[in-house]
Amino acid sequence: MTAPQPSPTVHVVGASDAEESPDERRIQGRSPWVLAWGRLRRDRIAMISLGVIVLIVLIAIFAPVFTLLTGHGPNDQYRLTGLSPQGLPVAPNHEFWLGTDDLGRDILVRIAYGARISLLVGIVATVITVAIGVVVGIAAGYFGGVVDTLLARLVDVVLSVPFLLVAIALVSITGPSLTVVILVIGLFSWASVARIVRGQVLSLREREFVEAARSLGASDTRIMFVDVLPNVLAPVIVYTSLLVPVVILTEATLSFLSLGLPPPTADWGGMISEAVPYYQTSWWFVIFPGAALLITTLAFNLFGDGVRDAFDPRSERLLQQ
Amino acid sequence: MTTTSPAPAAPRAAQEEPLLRLTDVRKYFPVGSSRLWERDRAVVHAVDGVSLTVARGETLGLVGETGCGKSTLARCIARLYDLTSGEVWFDGQDISRLSRRRMRPVRRDVQMIFQDPYGSLNPHRRVGSIIGDPFAIHGIESRRSRRQAAQELMERVGLNPEHYNRFPAEFSGGQRQRIGLARALALRPKLIVCDEPVSALDVSIQAQIINLLADLQQEFGLTYVFISHDLSVVRHVSDRIAVMYLGKIVELAPTDELFELTRHPYTRSLLSALPAPDPDTADSRERIVLAGDVPNPTRPPSGCRFHPRCPKAHLDCAASEPPLLPVLGDGAEHPTACFYPLEPGEDLSLAVSEFAPAAERPRGGTGDTP
Repeated sequence: MTAPQPSPTVHVVGASDAEESPDERRIQGRSPWVLAWGRLRRDRIAMISLGVIVLIVLIAIFAPVFTLLTGHGPNDQYRLTGLSPQGLPVAPNHEFWLGTDDLGRDILVRIAYGARISLLVGIVATVITVAIGVVVGIAAGYFGGVVDTLLARLVDVVLSVPFLLVAIALVSITGPSLTVVILVIGLFSWASVARIVRGQVLSLREREFVEAARSLGASDTRIMFVDVLPNVLAPVIVYTSLLVPVVILTEATLSFLSLGLPPPTADWGGMISEAVPYYQTSWWFVIFPGAALLITTLAFNLFGDGVRDAFDPRSERLLQQ
Repeated sequence: MTTTSPAPAAPRAAQEEPLLRLTDVRKYFPVGSSRLWERDRAVVHAVDGVSLTVARGETLGLVGETGCGKSTLARCIARLYDLTSGEVWFDGQDISRLSRRRMRPVRRDVQMIFQDPYGSLNPHRRVGSIIGDPFAIHGIESRRSRRQAAQELMERVGLNPEHYNRFPAEFSGGQRQRIGLARALALRPKLIVCDEPVSALDVSIQAQIINLLADLQQEFGLTYVFISHDLSVVRHVSDRIAVMYLGKIVELAPTDELFELTRHPYTRSLLSALPAPDPDTADSRERIVLAGDVPNPTRPPSGCRFHPRCPKAHLDCAASEPPLLPVLGDGAEHPTACFYPLEPGEDLSLAVSEFAPAAERPRGGTGDTP
């Protein structure tokens, strides 16, 4: 869900259109998704951001390559070469391209492995968030009445829970782990998605094509997922693309507070946290993980802005074309 | 539930049961916030006691100003709304209280065409899949033959079947209305409720769609309930016309009779608003301009609902409600709800409402056009 895939085959409308085989699309219609992708493709900043995101994904996938190149594992401690005689981290040099940390580990390799955690949490937690939010939002908006009231109160409750306190409490009970991090983020961020979706569905419900479906005898489930869902996907995709960096930062925050993955797992938030005592003597220790985090979230944010512009017909840039 | 009320129609149903019969249909919408302790909330009387029948193969026109409850009535017939009270008999069956499950087979026979050709088609779905929807919902036809069926329908309503994969945004307004028509036709319904099907279209396109509707009626033996605020359109398509005002039918007559033997002052004022094609006669014809707006339907006027705007209102019009019955020797097919119906040739512009301010106000110069 990080980005609409860069091919015109993004028929999120999918399911219902399955009856067409590709060779029969002689006169092909251009779906709203294709049109949005066309606009997005002309957005230079969004495309550069997309390139950066792809690069980060590749780094995460091929993190072991860095181990091969440098000969350093992510958790290997090089007490002789990776630490100065005083026991301090070593600055970037030909062996440790981005320097070492306080235990003599290679920061470059750890950043590469840390990208895996950030992206994994960022994507999985976002998917959970969006899935819950969309289902709750559609149900609340479509059924209205008591269902809506109950779900809206639930949303209010979730939004008013102090997130970090709950996270601390949960982690202290279960112990830090990847699952807990993902669940904590996923279970506490869906409320705003639900609100957005609910608002959209409230207006969609009154549209005539929903009445048409009902007059044909369509079931509520069919109307919700075949008729309503494709129409709320645009704002959901926009929100999703802006949610990923937030989730990545949240994960980093949790790790920074030692609520994330237990050491020695390489993790950007945790690395920054470990670097704090050394910021005066070893700039590379805090700068490089921080930069990785910054570049990643910036790329996602800029790409998300582009997606929003591409889906928003009132966007100024589109008027110029 | 369905049998508690006496159903006088049941015994004679066998002989000449009309396809559709509405009995005292009411639909009220609560307005404002719902509070448990607030017993009597304001209610919009959108449809307030409509009874009529539609015979098989007939086209019943339904006209009235914006906000008179035409569209609400349409949605009551198609069971998009649950009735507040009353009955809707379709094909010998009271469908007004049917459960969702029992309603499903009926939905194949009652279809609806909507006013807004932009709003009635899902912008995110391909036209072919929109038209194939009825088959998918009712589980008829396999996926493969569904496609073929949809293409045949497209061809029948005058669309290029090769545009099957296009999206609604790639069609013009008239074409979209054809798509909506194809969707409505898919299940071979008996009754199609047309809710202002041509009001959003250009005049030239209107004619095409109306002719298409007429052709399809011939071909499939369709029955139409045709709603419009445009009398000239309704006159062209309808066998009979019902005139609605504030949720009630005020006059119902065969088309020609309604135009020639207009009984209700409201009908007359609607007819007088029809544009005349000849500019010379247009200048000389009688124009009845109603004063004021349609009253607030949450608190409809007492007695005859039209009396505050009626050029011919008498004081007792406010006291009690006129029944919808034949007047002045009209046949049973032409009931009018008026205590003081118009005689043929009566000049309404000379009438003076007894509710008018003491100084007789000039007629025709003030107020909004209906």
